Amino acid sequence: MKRDTTRTSVFTRRALLMMGGQVALLGGLAARLYQEQVVDGARYATLAEDNRISARMIAPPRGRVLDRQGVVIAGSRINWRALLVSEQTNNVQATLEAFSRIVPLSEYERLRIERESTRRRRFIPVMVREFLSWEDMAKIGVNAPELPGILVDVGTTRIYPFGDQMSHIVGYVAPPNEADVAKDPLLALPGLRIGRAGVEKYHDLALRGRAGAVQLEVNALGRVIRELDRQEGMQGDDVGLTIDAGLQRHVLNRLGDESASSVVMDCRNGEILAMATNPSFDPTVFNSGVSQAQWREWTKDRRTPLINKATSGLYAPGSTFKMAVALAGLDARSITAGDRVECPGHYDLGDTRFHCWRKGGHGMVDLRAAIKNSCDVYFYEIARRTGMDRIAAMSHRLGMGVELPLDLPNQKAGLVPTRAWRQKKGKYWNIGDTIVSGIGQGYIQVTPLQLVTFVARLASGRVVQPHLTRKIGAAMQSGSRPEEWPNLGVPERALQIIREGMWAVVNEQGGTAPLAKLPDPRWQMSGKTGSSQVRRVSREMRESGKYDSEKLPWEFRPHALFVAYAPHDAPRYAVSVVVEHGNAGSAAAAPIARDIMIEVMQRDPANRVDPPAPRIAQVKS
Amino acid sequence: MMERRLWREASFDLTGKIRRINWLYVLLLCALAGVGYTALYSAAGGAQEPYAGRHALRFGFGALLMLGIALIDIRFIARLAWPAYLGCVGLLVMVMQMGHVGKGAQRWIDLGGFQLQPSELMKIALVLALASWFHRASWERIGNPLFLIPPMVAVAIPVLLVLRQPNLGTAMITCLLSGAMFFAAGVRWWKFVLVALPIPFAAQIAYTHLHDYQRARIDTFLHPESDPLGAGYNIIQSKIALGSGGMWGKGFLQGTQGHLDFLPEKQTDFIFTMIGEEFGLVGALAVMALLAMIILGGMLISVRCQHQFGRLVALGISVNFFLYVFVNIAMVMGAIPVGGVPLPLVSHGGSAVITVMVGFGILMSVHVHRDVEFANMRDER
Repeated sequence: MKRDTTRTSVFTRRALLMMGGQVALLGGLAARLYQEQVVDGARYATLAEDNRISARMIAPPRGRVLDRQGVVIAGSRINWRALLVSEQTNNVQATLEAFSRIVPLSEYERLRIERESTRRRRFIPVMVREFLSWEDMAKIGVNAPELPGILVDVGTTRIYPFGDQMSHIVGYVAPPNEADVAKDPLLALPGLRIGRAGVEKYHDLALRGRAGAVQLEVNALGRVIRELDRQEGMQGDDVGLTIDAGLQRHVLNRLGDESASSVVMDCRNGEILAMATNPSFDPTVFNSGVSQAQWREWTKDRRTPLINKATSGLYAPGSTFKMAVALAGLDARSITAGDRVECPGHYDLGDTRFHCWRKGGHGMVDLRAAIKNSCDVYFYEIARRTGMDRIAAMSHRLGMGVELPLDLPNQKAGLVPTRAWRQKKGKYWNIGDTIVSGIGQGYIQVTPLQLVTFVARLASGRVVQPHLTRKIGAAMQSGSRPEEWPNLGVPERALQIIREGMWAVVNEQGGTAPLAKLPDPRWQMSGKTGSSQVRRVSREMRESGKYDSEKLPWEFRPHALFVAYAPHDAPRYAVSVVVEHGNAGSAAAAPIARDIMIEVMQRDPANRVDPPAPRIAQVKS
Repeated sequence: MMERRLWREASFDLTGKIRRINWLYVLLLCALAGVGYTALYSAAGGAQEPYAGRHALRFGFGALLMLGIALIDIRFIARLAWPAYLGCVGLLVMVMQMGHVGKGAQRWIDLGGFQLQPSELMKIALVLALASWFHRASWERIGNPLFLIPPMVAVAIPVLLVLRQPNLGTAMITCLLSGAMFFAAGVRWWKFVLVALPIPFAAQIAYTHLHDYQRARIDTFLHPESDPLGAGYNIIQSKIALGSGGMWGKGFLQGTQGHLDFLPEKQTDFIFTMIGEEFGLVGALAVMALLAMIILGGMLISVRCQHQFGRLVALGISVNFFLYVFVNIAMVMGAIPVGGVPLPLVSHGGSAVITVMVGFGILMSVHVHRDVEFANMRDER
């Protein structure tokens, strides 16, 4: 019996020990529970909210781009698309197989879809096909049971009613890349596009609008339980341009097949009415992706359809630069209007001989005559007297060789060099460089946009800046009134002499651009021709008499330039025309400028004396 | 003392037995089942169906079963110990032959719409068998290592069978439970040390032979954040749900994580998480206190029993219950690897409620028959 007592007391002792152990272990759990629920509670509470609340963005409709009359240049169209949610199908392959029996998918597309669906989370939809026709939509709808995971959705796509006519101004939109998405998560929304070029890029934020957001309560599978909060988005603002779409179309038609560009500006306020570049491309193509063949064709074309020649094409201004040289001379008092220079057809400086374009020379010429017949020798002399730095300073003031604050991306600054520029490169500025700069050759490079700005400033006497934006949403942008632009700071008298010379170029016997004369005597155009060599003409060639630019291969022919404004007595419109490899400015560019100006004239509100008669009246009579 | 002797001599009549049932303990069990009902009602999104109603029904049936067993003479139950053990081993073998495969393991036997998990019954039978073995053993005999070999074999057979299923959690609980009984029976300290020493090495070897899903459980326990949407998901979501409950909880039916299905298996393994989320630390601790009272109450029944068999049986059943509770709660808190162990009487699951109630019935019987004449067969002969 004693043994049994030992056994019992050992049992009791050990049972109590175990009870102690159990209490200790449960106490440990309780302590840990306190740690998790109270000490770390706030952190887990946040995680719990993250778990269940999913914020989703609603893509805002992109704003339109309008011309100055409100004609749509870039708009949005309904876009039916099919999406794939890989979570909702057991077999992505099979679904795509079934889908391509209804709407054929290329091997390339299928690979893209499979790649995207493996890379993204399983409940995020992947684009299968965009721009579906109504018929395809109906077919997909009917076959929905055989297409698990396929979702039909309606979005918007960008359309450009003017096609290639506006592409360099309006630019284009394209799907955002990874870097864009990192900056703004809104861009991850399927089907959202961002501006990649032109106005679409420059005003991207205004056009994009503000995304709406819904806060949804979701369960663990991502299924929506209910909507907690909704903030409506803001449609993107419409951007109104200064462009006149009708005029733009006309200008492009007039450029024809030439590799050319032309800018029309309101010279009182810098509004750009037309900015045409030929050839061009259709921006709609970028919306869905450019084929390799198309891309190759564009990049191989020596007429460079992808480059906006008006803002990025660099040309030596040639004789159109002479007004800047003259103005620099007058401003620096290195010449007066009455100073005469004799032109024997060449200009000698040491051993070097610089030629005038007319072999026999022009005889004695003053400033007005030198502009009128574009005498090179006169400007060689003025350039020498004035010096390069003063010419460069005046050119920059007139808008050449500097970057203009244009509201369009990818603008080239061009170059009107100073001596310091040359020295910075470790070389000396030769007097010969100044001489050739006098006729707009040498290192000087400007864009057609700079040329038109230059002419507009000469004509208006104000530092107008070129701009394209007239309105954003309902807000008129500044810069439309002439008084807003500061005075050029050059004596009006000096400008007047130059303007007279330019008038004579077009309207006087012996001027270089008789072809530019306007038919309406109330509208007289003033202008200046230019031809810029793309290749140095050697002495032997010149003296052999065989030099005939017309017979050169296309890419070696000089560029033809013409700048003008009208009416000459009350300047309103400025125009620049550059025809690449068009030879003489007087023959290739001036007639184009004239025809453009006729169209501008007809479109001018002041010129619309008689409103067109109503059509019904005509039918009755 | 008078009264006790009186009881010992008198043969019980039915009313006497019913009066001797520990009704306070029955009340505690009902309270726990009530907690389960509440939590399951919430788990179903505020509805009787499909969990809470059935849970109540099962508990009701289980409670009747328990009271019935409580009235059976403990000496009769002792005689059934080894037959029950053999029967359960047979069931375990059967489950391997024709068992229903659930969640990657063969664990269930389908008995005409009633699913039985023999490994649970096995533990009760093993408790009875071990108790009956040590009931006869004197203090000296227990000191004899050879005497310990048969009970160790009796433990090893079901453990190996359960491991073959494979069900690591139950196998380990069975081992710990048996260890507790060996310990309480008076097996010397140093022998436990001797057995415990090679365990780390054995674990190393065992790890390489584990099923992939078992290894994954251990791996995700060690690094739960390494695969937040995969195997570690359960633990992370459980911790989030518990933690977001805070001190006072989100309120009944207000738990977001459970109701939005972030919390997996919320009606079974993770029911305690639901409670923690909706009733906070206060509610969770209250439930733990209730569980502790049930465990310690069982242990007290064990200590107060006059015969070795009853003492060991009551201790075994209480420790078994404790191990369930501890493993489940530690699991949902991410303190030990997830092991598919439900919270008894709270989690949804038919056979678990029945088996647990059978166990508590035997515990009740020990209490009712705590001072019957039950000779230690060898010592007192």
